[in-house]
Amino acid sequence: MRELTYAEALREGLRQAMSADERVFVMGEDIGVYGGAFGVTSGLLQEFGDMRVFDTPISEAVIAGACIGAALSGMRPVGEIQFMDFVTLSMEQLVLQAAKIRYMFGGKTSVPMVLRMPGGSGTGAAAQHSESLENWFVHVPGLKVVMPSNPYDAKGLLLAAIDDPNPVIFIEHKLLYKTKGPVPEDMYRVPLSSTRIAREGRHVTVVATSIMVNRALEAATTLAAEGIELEVVDPRTLTPLDEEPILASVRKTGKALIVHEAPGTGGYGGELAARIAGSDAFDYLEAPIRRLTGLDTPIPYNRNLERAAVPQVDDITREARKLARGEY
Amino acid sequence: MNPSADYLSTMLRIRAFEEKAEELYALGRVHGTMHLSIGQEATAVGVSSALREGDFLLNTHRGHGHCLAWFGSDVNLMMAEFMGREAGYCRGRGGSMHIANVEANNLGANGIVGGGLPMAAGVGMSIKMRKTDQVCVVIFGDGASNEGAFHESLNLSSIWKLPVIYVCENNQYAMSMDIRKSANVEDISQRACAYNIRGITVDGNDLAAVHDAIAQAAAECRAGQGPVLVECKTYRWRGHSKSDRQLYRTRDEVGEWQRRDPIPRYATVLGLTDDQLEAARKDAQQVIDAAVVFAENSPEPDLAAVMEGVYA
Ligand SMILES: Cc1ncc(C[n+]2csc(CCOP(=O)(O)OP(=O)(O)O)c2C)c(N)n1
Ligand SMILES: [Mg+2]
Repeated sequence: MRELTYAEALREGLRQAMSADERVFVMGEDIGVYGGAFGVTSGLLQEFGDMRVFDTPISEAVIAGACIGAALSGMRPVGEIQFMDFVTLSMEQLVLQAAKIRYMFGGKTSVPMVLRMPGGSGTGAAAQHSESLENWFVHVPGLKVVMPSNPYDAKGLLLAAIDDPNPVIFIEHKLLYKTKGPVPEDMYRVPLSSTRIAREGRHVTVVATSIMVNRALEAATTLAAEGIELEVVDPRTLTPLDEEPILASVRKTGKALIVHEAPGTGGYGGELAARIAGSDAFDYLEAPIRRLTGLDTPIPYNRNLERAAVPQVDDITREARKLARGEY
Repeated sequence: MNPSADYLSTMLRIRAFEEKAEELYALGRVHGTMHLSIGQEATAVGVSSALREGDFLLNTHRGHGHCLAWFGSDVNLMMAEFMGREAGYCRGRGGSMHIANVEANNLGANGIVGGGLPMAAGVGMSIKMRKTDQVCVVIFGDGASNEGAFHESLNLSSIWKLPVIYVCENNQYAMSMDIRKSANVEDISQRACAYNIRGITVDGNDLAAVHDAIAQAAAECRAGQGPVLVECKTYRWRGHSKSDRQLYRTRDEVGEWQRRDPIPRYATVLGLTDDQLEAARKDAQQVIDAAVVFAENSPEPDLAAVMEGVYA
């Protein structure tokens, strides 16, 4: 199959959605002539014009809010927040408006919008351009949270998010934009809330999100040579979570390692661990549930410190190996 | 203002620092990104030259010049921070976008557009409550004036008469966004009107003009007649950051502004010959070369210390 980068896959998804449905439009900072800070929207202005591709002033509150307003009045907005860090300036509109409008108004309306944003560290951009804030949104009923880990899912999940009648927080990863993978040309969807088994294995279940899926797959290759088989599970949608494939995997392996980039305290791993421990999968556990997460620190600038602050392939390999051998 | 060769050498030092920064990046000796203020040096030096030691500074991602021009700044510690070393101003944790020199009341550059603006009001409150005659200067870009934070901060400073000088470094663009497309006012200083404070626009490439405007604003703030909004119109010669293809402006436009280089312009004010200017330029470059040696000889942060300093 044809290969695209993650950024190209997202762009193709946007282009197809905009061509298929006049209500779909994009807005954000530097998404027009510049093509977006990471190039995702490159070419869309030329193709669709400035009544479908809106370059905004630096005003994150109104980017989020305008998406909500447009969604409430018949449009299908896809907003872009240049770096996930800046969504902190949009929080009121997202948390207190977008997430609650449908419920508060007795289910009589809905907010069909998508807000895309790149999260994560690894580019040397330091503490204010490297956040992994997904759990802020996971904690707000009414928002959906999606984190694609590869080009195929990026396009398919984006198209499903645009179709979805709810506000969807769509979290991309800066280091994934240039990664390549097979992407079909048609307008396929990857349903939201569909957990994927990224690699089958029998010894340890590794539940990972976003770029950590790729790192876990690399660790799995290394460990396979040692006779340790990891089963790598990618939730893809953090909320609402399709939990059964995760529980089924843990029932099979009896061991669970949860990996994410965000700091551990208050992170998504705690939710996953609680879901596993609170289910019948608990009876199958042969070891404590382990978490490998970003450290509870802001992301430092220095290259070595930055690497040390979040899980790397070697860390996953080491932790999974220990768990497989019962050395935790 | 009285002309001073020191101001010229500070501008030259900023220019040399950033040219070196660019070179180090191209050689792969630093990672991350950076925002260069080449062409805007007169604003940085004009602002600090009109203030006093003990005043406060909050500035931006494009902040190398602001920091270098501030009181008692040490170019070695700047370079070490830029290169991520333990000896740097922020022990290698902050990097290019987050250089602060808190001992000198330089409260830091900011990775968040408009991030310094609300805090400036708080510094102004503190000055007022402590009854000192300090002022707080907050530097921000044209793009930042479109954030809600700008408007909330100006309003609060206005109603409480806070000693804050708002310096808008209007280099005409916010990344790719032309200020003429993102704001429907000719001058950002017009926005002062909405908060009933004084607003003024000056040529940001004219060191003396910036200096005089800031000196007057500071005098007003110290007399309890602040805040003031000072807009300095200038231009960045380089791309927004290291990944900018600059499709939103023409080479001619850049060239036109390069002819308004603030450095030779100020050399003329000082009555220097071309040779004298070149000699001063060489001196600045030597200082920067020495700073690179200093930075490279200082250790990388200890990995075991990664969790250190999260809490006081
Ligand atoms: C809240 C926020 N939004 C967006 C950005 C990304 N960004 C960094 S600098 C910049 C342009 C800023 O323009 P301006 O304020 O005019 O300052 P300049 O870069 O021109 O000095 C943008 C969009 C950011 N850092 N913070
Ligand atoms: Mg600007």
